[in-house]
This record gives sequence, structure tokens and C-alpha cells, in this order.
Amino acid sequence: MTRPLTEDQRLLQDSAREFFAERAPVSALRAERDAGRPHDPQLWREIAELGFVGAAVPEEHGGSGMGWRALGIVLEAAGRTLVASPLTQTGLVGVAAVRALGNEAQRARLLPLLAAGTVTTALAFDEGAHHAPTGIAMRAVREGDGWRLDGRKRFVPDGATASHILVTALAAPAPGAAETLALFVVDAAAPGVARRPLAMADSRGMADIELTGVRVTDDMRLSGRTDLGSTMTDAGAAGLERVLDIARIGLAAEMLGAADALFTLTLAYLKDRRQFGQPIGAFQALQHRAARMFVDLELTRSCVTAALDALDDAEGGDKAAAAATAQIPALASLAKARAGDTLHLVSNEAVQLHGGIGMTDAFDAGLYLKRARVLETLYGSAGWHRDRSARLEGY
Amino acid sequence: MSASPLEVFRSETRTWLAANCPPAMRTPLNEKEVVWGGRDPVFPNDDARLWLERMGERGWTAPSWPRAYGGGGLSPAENAVLQEELKRIDARVPLWSFGLWMFGPVLLEFGSEPQKLAWLPDIVRGRIRWCQGYSEPGAGSDLAGLATRCEDRGDHFLVNGQKIWTSYADKADWMFCLVRTDTTAKHGGISFIVFDMRTPGVETRPIKLISGDSPFCETFLTDVRVPKEQLVGRLNGGWEIAKRLLTHERQSISTSAFGGSRLDLAAAAKESVGLVCGQLADSDLRSRIAACRMQERAFHLTVRRAQAEARVGGNIDHLAPLFKYAAASLNQQRLELLVESLGLGGLGWEGEGFDADALRATRHWLRSKGNSIEGGTSEINLNVVAKRVLGLPDPV
Repeated sequence: MTRPLTEDQRLLQDSAREFFAERAPVSALRAERDAGRPHDPQLWREIAELGFVGAAVPEEHGGSGMGWRALGIVLEAAGRTLVASPLTQTGLVGVAAVRALGNEAQRARLLPLLAAGTVTTALAFDEGAHHAPTGIAMRAVREGDGWRLDGRKRFVPDGATASHILVTALAAPAPGAAETLALFVVDAAAPGVARRPLAMADSRGMADIELTGVRVTDDMRLSGRTDLGSTMTDAGAAGLERVLDIARIGLAAEMLGAADALFTLTLAYLKDRRQFGQPIGAFQALQHRAARMFVDLELTRSCVTAALDALDDAEGGDKAAAAATAQIPALASLAKARAGDTLHLVSNEAVQLHGGIGMTDAFDAGLYLKRARVLETLYGSAGWHRDRSARLEGY
Repeated sequence: MSASPLEVFRSETRTWLAANCPPAMRTPLNEKEVVWGGRDPVFPNDDARLWLERMGERGWTAPSWPRAYGGGGLSPAENAVLQEELKRIDARVPLWSFGLWMFGPVLLEFGSEPQKLAWLPDIVRGRIRWCQGYSEPGAGSDLAGLATRCEDRGDHFLVNGQKIWTSYADKADWMFCLVRTDTTAKHGGISFIVFDMRTPGVETRPIKLISGDSPFCETFLTDVRVPKEQLVGRLNGGWEIAKRLLTHERQSISTSAFGGSRLDLAAAAKESVGLVCGQLADSDLRSRIAACRMQERAFHLTVRRAQAEARVGGNIDHLAPLFKYAAASLNQQRLELLVESLGLGGLGWEGEGFDADALRATRHWLRSKGNSIEGGTSEINLNVVAKRVLGLPDPV
């Protein structure tokens, strides 16, 4: 855990940062927002061609096989400029779902499509405004050799634009049998799928999704692996918890990137802006606030790195892999909570330390602030993850 | 295939430790059993004496110092192996020493050859216990404002002044000391000297703290004669040495972690506050404990990240000043929560009717208030981060 970057990873970091800074700076998000588009399809094709989407997809399934730490490096770079693209929901969440829950045939069929960016996914998990893994009411009922899905999902990231929706539902394998959680890959164009786009403060697409009698073939139920180990109760939930933990860790990497970039912007302003005949960064009251943010960022970086490394370490079948696997839930909550707290602090301080300009729409701090709150809330707020950490430790 | 030199070193080390580390030295250390060495050393038992003698003889109390000065002469890789092997058998640190942690490293860098030969071997063996004469009543955070006078009297220096917060001065044999040799320059008028605490004119007086303990002293220096060969570095060149030593000090404080209670925070809270439906009955306390423990984990992961970076030659200078700041605030937070978790049982002072661990927690909690003051206040550490790491300017 917490390994220094390898040479390959350093090169990846350089190329990802360079690409996003040039091709998708914050001004690109602003342009998409002003044009009323959630993201730029051409940019997405380029991101996929660079191999970023398939960073965590094994080579035999069309990816680069560089692993979760590598994907985290890409997500962090994307977070720096608030890149609006399906990268998180497809390259992170979609890939995690298929790898963790898909059987061999499903992995072989779906992963190449995800890595190439031709299929984009959106995880439809929560059904309310708060993250609630135990609050799922969506139902899947056996019908012939397939399934029939009915229910409603709320606040689905990329829900309005993804080609496929990953729907969690309570499913009874046979009439009268106990229901377990299952994940279905639903074609967004299928009859019975109704999507209502939501205009969120961060200008990124979300949607409420209603499924009415949607038919899904059984080979679109991700059902491969049940050996993931879990603090949840049934096997389907165990796999899903792993998917959520990977999503939380990847989101934490994206949040770290956003916080780090916004801090850098703010630090430059402290050195540049002059009042009372000197740079405002010469005032100790502001220096200490900057120093505290720096300490916070460094602690968060360690947590995100350790969590990503644990995901890679958990891949082998050996004893070390088992030890890493056992650490994933605690590290995921640690990374998500800390990244959330750090981004919260930095996004508020950035507005305040920039003074009036921080309040203007023309300045980037507001875009970071709005995006920050969405990321902080998604898949569990810092408070939610503190509660989970306490539960994991038995108090 | 023959084993690599490092593997050979590991197997030899393992064999030597198996034969030479007494079983009693493979148990957790409590604070009363710490060995500080010195002219009149105090050992909790014969095994502790034996352990120090054996480790000192090999130079493994200072594994990376050159052999010429009594050190172990180990490469960084060999030292890492030694530390791993010591940890593997839970071996106690044989010697706690300001000589090892602070004075030795700067003497290696700034001292003359005769000085190194004279003082380093005794540090390695734990034969001389050193103390640090830095702060003065009028020079705390503004350390360079120190006023202890050191005059050139031809064949010797004559020192007059007062030091304060001198850790264990009443138990130390020698002092390394910052003195003023030029009153016309602030930073450029400071020199670094050392002297025997038995020199006439040296007097120490312990200071009782709010915790009831007296780890610090006032040290009075009246017409103390110091031989000229006991000046380290050049005359008026002491500030550079002083700053370097502070870096070593802050690192040793944060990586050795502050003295803490043996009580586990979550376990103590569970027992004292109780559980309702598997959760701590006080939900507000519960979330603050969770936040504190997560912060602790983040800190430990950061220490490990820095160590891993350093092993591959990465630059971790930007991380050093944050460790002391973060370690101090974490220790304080944890002990506040511990005392709160124990309720009034965590506020006992002495005598019967209290759990022994809870009594210790009270004292640790009070002692921890000093963590953000000693070795550079938290505010000074934030200044260092702001100026040296973030490059923020000085005020006009």
C-alpha cells in the first residue's frame, strides 16, 4: 500500500494532466454548460482512444491492464479541470460492475465495449436524495427466460446520456424464493425506460429514471462472482458493495484532483493579489489557512493512494490479496470521507480567499464549489462514511 | 543460486538477534522502563542493561553512523533490514537519547574530527546523556532572540544566562547549547557550544507541569567556563546548526509519536459509555471518535507514504514540517476524546477508586497540551509550511 509511482504511472500522470489541461480545461465545461450540453462526444472519443477508459480493463478484454491505481491517476487528472465526460461512470463504475459481478462471458463481451467507449454506462443505484444501500425498492421479476423490471431511480449520474443503465433491483430467482440484490444492464433505448433529465447545480447530467415493465434477458443480469467478501448480508449485495467501494475510491481520486487544482489556483492568487501595499499571502492569518489546507491535502493523498493500491493488491489470489481485500471497505470509506472533507474545505476557502471575484460566475471557483458538493454527496457523504467506519470497527 | 549480500545480512542479523535480544526485551515498553543511559544509568532490570551493551557494542543503537565513531556503518538498505528484523521480534528500542536523535546527526555534519571522536562513541554506547539548551525565558518561538552571553576570555569562553524548558537537564551529563557571541547581529550572532553539566556555575531546577510531572527544567548558567575546543562549527555560525537540529527534533517527535495512553479509544468508549443496538450510546461522541480514528489512519498512511518515497530517493522535504503539526493535534484530539469517553472517571488525579489506566489517561491528557508547544509551536510549524513549502512571502 501507498507505493511511490512507477515510471509507467508517472508517464501516464504527465500525459493525462497535459491532455486534460489542453483539451478539456475548465473553460470547456463552461462552454458545454452555456450551450446546454452535458458533455462533448468528440472529447469522449479522444479520451477512449488514449486508453484512459480502459485503464482498469485487463488486456485480454481490450484494456491497457494498468490497474486501479492507474485509473485513479487519470481520474485525478480529470478532476483537476472538472472534465465533463462519461469517464467516471463508464471507465470506473461500469468497468468495476462488470469486472466484479460479470461472469466470464459477460466480461468478454462487455469490457471491450466499455474500454473502447462505444458503450457508456450509468449506475442507477439510489432511489432517493441520500445514499442508502439498504433502501432499494426496484423489483425484478422472473418472466419466461428473462426478467421484468419495475421501479424508479433518482439522481442517476450521466443517466440522461448513457447508452446503458446499470440498475440495481431486488430479484427473486424463482417465485416465492428470497429476494437478493442483483445488477441488470438495461439498454437505455429499451421500451419502458423513461428518463427525466435533471439540471443540477454542477451542470453535469443527472436523470431520474422510471422503469415500467422493462424486459431484460437473463444474460444481461451480472451474475458471475459471489466470492468478494462483504459486510453486507447476501451474495449479490457483497458484489455490489465492492462495486460501490471502487466507485467511492475513484471518486475520491477525482475529488483530490479537483481540490489540489483549486488549492493551487488559490495559492497563486494569495501571492499575486496586493492590498495594504503587499501580497495578501504575506498575512499570517491567510498563511495558516493555506498551510492547513496543504496538510489536509497531503493526508488525503495518502488515503486515496492506499485505497487504490489496495484495489490492485486485492486482484491476486494469494494471502496478501486476501489481506488487501479485507481492508477495502475501511479504506474506501476513509478515502471518500477525507476527500469529501478536504474538497469541502478547499472549495469554501477558495471562494472566500478570492474575495468578490470568487463570487462571480466568470471565475472558476464557483464551478469547483458546485461540482464539489455533488461529488461529496454521491455514494455517501463524509458523515455517512464516518458512520460506516464506526460500524466496521464495532462501535 | 547464491543469496544476495542483503539476504545474507538479513539472515546473520536474525541469528544474532535471536541469540542476543533477551526475551524480556521483546515485550511492550512502558514509560517507566525507558533506558536513557548516562554516567549513572538507570535500568529497570539486568536484561535492559545487557540489551543496551550488546546493541551499543555493534553500533546498532546508531546503525547508519560510521564505524569510526562507534556507529553500525550500515547502508540505508541494511538499516531498513535491521529495523524490519527488530520489529519482527518486537524488540524494544535499547536506548532513548537526545544524543542519538538530535546532537549526533548535527555533530556528524558540522563537528570537527576530534569532536566526533570524542563525543559520538559515548552517545552510541549510551554512556553520556545529553540535554538541549535552546529556549530561554525571553526566546521561545523567536528562538534567535536568545540572550545567553558567551564571551571570549582568551583561553576559554565564559557563559552567563538562563535556559528554560530543558528536557531532563537535572538528569543529563552534558548540554548542547545555543549562546550569543555577537550582540550586533541577531541570527548571525549565535554559536553552538557544548559543556559538562558538572562544570561549576551550572544549576538546574525542575519545573512542575499541570500533569504533575517535571520533565523540563530551568537551567541557570553563572560564569560557566567552557574550553574553546567545545565550540561546534564556526563562531557565530550556530544558527544553521540550530535549524538543522530542529528538523531532526521535529522528525523524531512525530515519528516516535507522542506518549499516549495504553487505552484504545474505541474500546474505552464502548466500555464506559456503552452500546445501544451495537452503536455507541452517545452518537455525537461516536462520530467524533470515528473522525479522530480516521484522521489517525490518514496520518499513519502519510508517514508510510513518506518512508516509501524516501526509500526510492524521492524528495519528502515538503512533508517534514507537517508531521509534527499533525501528530501534535492528533494526539491532543485523541486524549481529549479519551478523557471525555471516560466521563468523571477520566478526571481522577490519584489514589483509590480509579482504574490505573484511567489515572494515566488524565496525566497524558494534561501532558499532551505541551505537544503543540514543544519543539516548535503548531503556529511556527504552520509558518514553516507557508513559507518554505508553499512559498508565501514575508510581510512588509
